[in-house]
Amino acid sequence: MSAASGGAPLLEARGLTVRFGKVTALDGLDLVAPSGQVLAILGPNGAGKTTFVRTVATLLRPASGELRVRGSDVARDPVSVRRDIGLAGQSAAVEPAMTGRENLEMTARLFGQPPRAARRAAAAVIEQLDLGEVADRRCGTYSGGQRRRLDLGASLVGAPRLLLLDEPTTGLDPAGRREVWEAVRGLRALGTDVLLTTHYLDEADELADHVVVIDHGRCIAAGTLGQLKASVGHDVIEVTVSDPARLEQAGQILRSVTCRPAGLDPGGRRASVPAAGGAGQLAAVIRGLDESAIGVDEIGLRRPTLDEAFLALTGDHSDIPAGAGPSYSGSSR
Amino acid sequence: MTMMTTITRPVSPPGAARASLEVARRVLRKYMRTPGLSVMGVVQSALFLFCFRYVFGGAIHAGTGSYVDYLVPSYVATIVLFTGGGIAVAVAEDRAMGFTDRLLSLPLPRSSIVLGRTLADSATNAWSILATAALGFLFGFRLSGSVLDGLAALGLCLLYGVVFTLVFIVMGLFAASVQAAQGLSLIAFVFAFISSAYVPAGSRPGWLQPFAKYQPITPMVNAVRALIAGSGSDLTVALAWSAALLAVAAPVAVIRYRRA
Repeated sequence: MSAASGGAPLLEARGLTVRFGKVTALDGLDLVAPSGQVLAILGPNGAGKTTFVRTVATLLRPASGELRVRGSDVARDPVSVRRDIGLAGQSAAVEPAMTGRENLEMTARLFGQPPRAARRAAAAVIEQLDLGEVADRRCGTYSGGQRRRLDLGASLVGAPRLLLLDEPTTGLDPAGRREVWEAVRGLRALGTDVLLTTHYLDEADELADHVVVIDHGRCIAAGTLGQLKASVGHDVIEVTVSDPARLEQAGQILRSVTCRPAGLDPGGRRASVPAAGGAGQLAAVIRGLDESAIGVDEIGLRRPTLDEAFLALTGDHSDIPAGAGPSYSGSSR
Repeated sequence: MTMMTTITRPVSPPGAARASLEVARRVLRKYMRTPGLSVMGVVQSALFLFCFRYVFGGAIHAGTGSYVDYLVPSYVATIVLFTGGGIAVAVAEDRAMGFTDRLLSLPLPRSSIVLGRTLADSATNAWSILATAALGFLFGFRLSGSVLDGLAALGLCLLYGVVFTLVFIVMGLFAASVQAAQGLSLIAFVFAFISSAYVPAGSRPGWLQPFAKYQPITPMVNAVRALIAGSGSDLTVALAWSAALLAVAAPVAVIRYRRA
């Protein structure tokens, strides 16, 4: 029987290591995520996002360490975990030769629903995900967005406590993405926990309460969206110069005030730098620019974007200073 | 929006029997609704049989009897080696499109995934075997022994259908891609052609004869021919090969599916 109890965290990983032959995909990952959330896993390609989801879904076995899903250990009690989760992967795993309704009823019965309950569950999902018009057509005729919604629906017919979405909107057009986002928001409103991976930061910004950034198989930052953005090194001073030729010089001034290399965007004539000293440093920058007679179109102090947080944490972009995030101890460049 | 609340959580995971039937039902629905699988298999079977019977047949000397009586029993016995590629491809497709992952993430017993597919594809193989046998009679084949002997031979062919279902499932599970599964299943052609199925084994060059003689298909088709003639020769060897193939393929399929 399910060991899940109200008090257990949604996910709890301790030293979780998963290997494919000689390749270590997850390398001692530690993570605790509370219930009642949409949790987004972010990370560059190859960071281990999909491996993590597949391990939660009991499709991969950890080489060492442990992973508990709502209190159940994935290696020792996989059936309890499978009863608690619904998985919707990167591809739409539906049978094209069957109708949407047939697919949903089949999946419901494989979750353990008796025939009548399976029909009810399928009908409820069709209503919830607005698939009524196409429900009795073969899935081979569906659009990409419809098929992905049906796949999402198939993961719901067993009333899972945790929904796993691996890149749920990859390859969809903007309308299809919005459809999936709406569906996820609706589910959260009804109390289903959601774990999603994405490489679209706006998607995490739209949907997630809690964000975990992984890179090289380890968790390098975790927290709410606000905490993650704040962890990059506080606010950012951004200057837009009038004369692109002076951008380099403005960058030097930013650097001399904050002791950090400035990020330069020649196209937008913008230089930016994380500013731990806040308004005081902004005043110093303005004085410095004034002394050097550099014309300025715009200058200000702003919160970092999720992109900046992400790039700083994963060290993918040398222009942006590696952040001194409180939970970051990986390799910066 | 409140519709979701009407979905109740299942009391328990599905039992092995119910889950296997559900998995099998989906495979059969796909087969029957995809004319490329259910109809084309029989059309292909008819074309091959036609070619052997009327195109090559005249040039093949198969002992004393007529070639059609030599060919049809072994053709029926080996038809699953030709249609079975579809099974390997379907298994590889399920892996590629994430369908297998979905099944593995659900709380059904994992042995039901293999059992369900084996049930369904043994049924589709049975359909190919029966259709091919009917075509054989249409092309001039006649039983030399009793009807009972003929039915025993047909039963043995149906057993081969189950055996090779599992063999092709294993091929689909080991293939790196759908195309690779297609290629891998061509191995079966080699075994079928270099056996006594269509041409007597003795007609091959000497270096090829040991392979023709000691590979499983030769005793398997010889046993079918013998049963039709009312003899049990080669039957023990054929059953032993069937048991051996099953004993290897079934556990490999169950274990391999977990890592699909």
